[in-house]
Amino acid sequence: MFTEVLARSGAPDAPPGVIAAGLGSRRSRSRGWLRLISPVLLVGLWQLLSATGVLPPSRLSSPVTIAHTAYTLVVTTSPTYGTLQSSLLVSAERWAIGLSLGITIAVLLAVISGLSRVGEYALDPVVQALRAVPLLGLLPLFIVWFGIGELPKDLIVLLGALFPMYINTFAGIRSVDPKLGELGQVLGLSRWELVRHIVLPGALPSALTGVRLSVISSLLALVVGEQINANAGLGFMITTAQEFLQNNIIMVCLIVYAILGLLADWGLRVVERRALAWRRDFGQ
Amino acid sequence: MATRFRPVSGRAPAAAAGRIIATDGQASQFAASVQGLTRRFGDRVVLDQLDLEIRAGEFVAMIGRSGSGKSTLLRALAGLDQELSGSMTVAEPVAVAFQEPRLVPWKRVLGNVTLGLRDPNQVQVATGALEEVELTDRLSAWPVTLSGGEAQRVSLARALVRSPSLLLLDEPFSALDALTRMSMHRLVLRLWARRRPAVLLVTHDVDEALALADRVLVLGSGQIAYSAAIAVERPRDRNHPELIDLRHRLLNELGMPAEADETI
Repeated sequence: MFTEVLARSGAPDAPPGVIAAGLGSRRSRSRGWLRLISPVLLVGLWQLLSATGVLPPSRLSSPVTIAHTAYTLVVTTSPTYGTLQSSLLVSAERWAIGLSLGITIAVLLAVISGLSRVGEYALDPVVQALRAVPLLGLLPLFIVWFGIGELPKDLIVLLGALFPMYINTFAGIRSVDPKLGELGQVLGLSRWELVRHIVLPGALPSALTGVRLSVISSLLALVVGEQINANAGLGFMITTAQEFLQNNIIMVCLIVYAILGLLADWGLRVVERRALAWRRDFGQ
Repeated sequence: MATRFRPVSGRAPAAAAGRIIATDGQASQFAASVQGLTRRFGDRVVLDQLDLEIRAGEFVAMIGRSGSGKSTLLRALAGLDQELSGSMTVAEPVAVAFQEPRLVPWKRVLGNVTLGLRDPNQVQVATGALEEVELTDRLSAWPVTLSGGEAQRVSLARALVRSPSLLLLDEPFSALDALTRMSMHRLVLRLWARRRPAVLLVTHDVDEALALADRVLVLGSGQIAYSAAIAVERPRDRNHPELIDLRHRLLNELGMPAEADETI
């Protein structure tokens, strides 16, 4: 590490930020495990309080019970719930369909309204107005319209993903430095080349923030959408467990949701680090 | 070779307007020829019936106080301004290096130079241009990791790679430290001697103009207020009597009399 730093600072033209950023990322990589200490301690405390009876099992199951429940749900097929992994698969499918469609549609809309005034006047007011409608309030209407199958659930997830993605992508396109547009003109870029080389890459940081927000808000939409009139999936497990007062199963499902969210966020960080490598030295 | 004119219509308030682009085959020995160029911003007339001719291969420096319309004229020649009146003929291709290097941050150095290049051997040509500005070791660097001087050299390479007949330099060295600026001056002279584009260098630095140009223009009241040819051989000693004399005259033209200069 020492020689690396010396070599870097020895380069005469390297701006100082490069060295500082290099140090920062190195530290966060090698000492990442430090961040695990407090969650682990917290779970230990929770287990202690459960074991000593301070937390009654009727309110909150102990971590060991939850782990055991999860294990049982994975290895055995319960007549009521099926297996945990099959429920997870159902939920993950809804999420994947809704999220990918929502993001795709949002990007298309944002490109149209971001690149032309006409598109902006045509699309933006409609999207903004729809955004103001409380998403979860639409669910009863969707059930009336589309029944209780997969469609209303996919749609609610789609809408959950659509709005944050649209807003961030649109803002990203509009925030591209006009001086770079001028540069494109001087270099004789065609309109398509300008979009491809200047506008879209310039909007990417903001669009990726949009993806992260979409992931979270569509997960929220999924949780709620699944708990109404579902007969499979994690949300169905939660609703059923609630009827039987099995809060250990509810906890398992919530933890699985949380893991889904964390995994998605982690995956996006990896994508972001690669796609935005050009600005890594700003000290991410 | 065929001569082709492509008039670019402008939404000009009066008179005939347009930027005529002449391809390299044009018979004229002018890289740029401007007649009666007028540009208004609201009520303010920034360029007022300006006439200017730049010979092919000539190195012209233009100085003027800030707000005198230097950049406006340069943007007009670059084809970035559509609100002009008057007439203008420019020999294509035209290339521009801006005051800030304007590198595309998400393209590596090589990608910045090849951007918009129609050459089938674009990578080779771009690598060659980067060699000329002595940056072959930074081909795959991201712009954010470059120093100011390096970034400006990439910007120069990006302009050069188009083999311009007219190279427009909009104060490209003003943000650099004195030493880097001196080495950039040498580099520009070397590149100019090798490739012989006509150059219009816009600057607020009288010494820069004196060190580089064949001809110095002072822009004032929207017109070329003063013009002087410099015959001194390059590389120039800034204490050459002719240059000292011209420096005083130029500073006078800029409203900065000699005694103010001498106290520095």
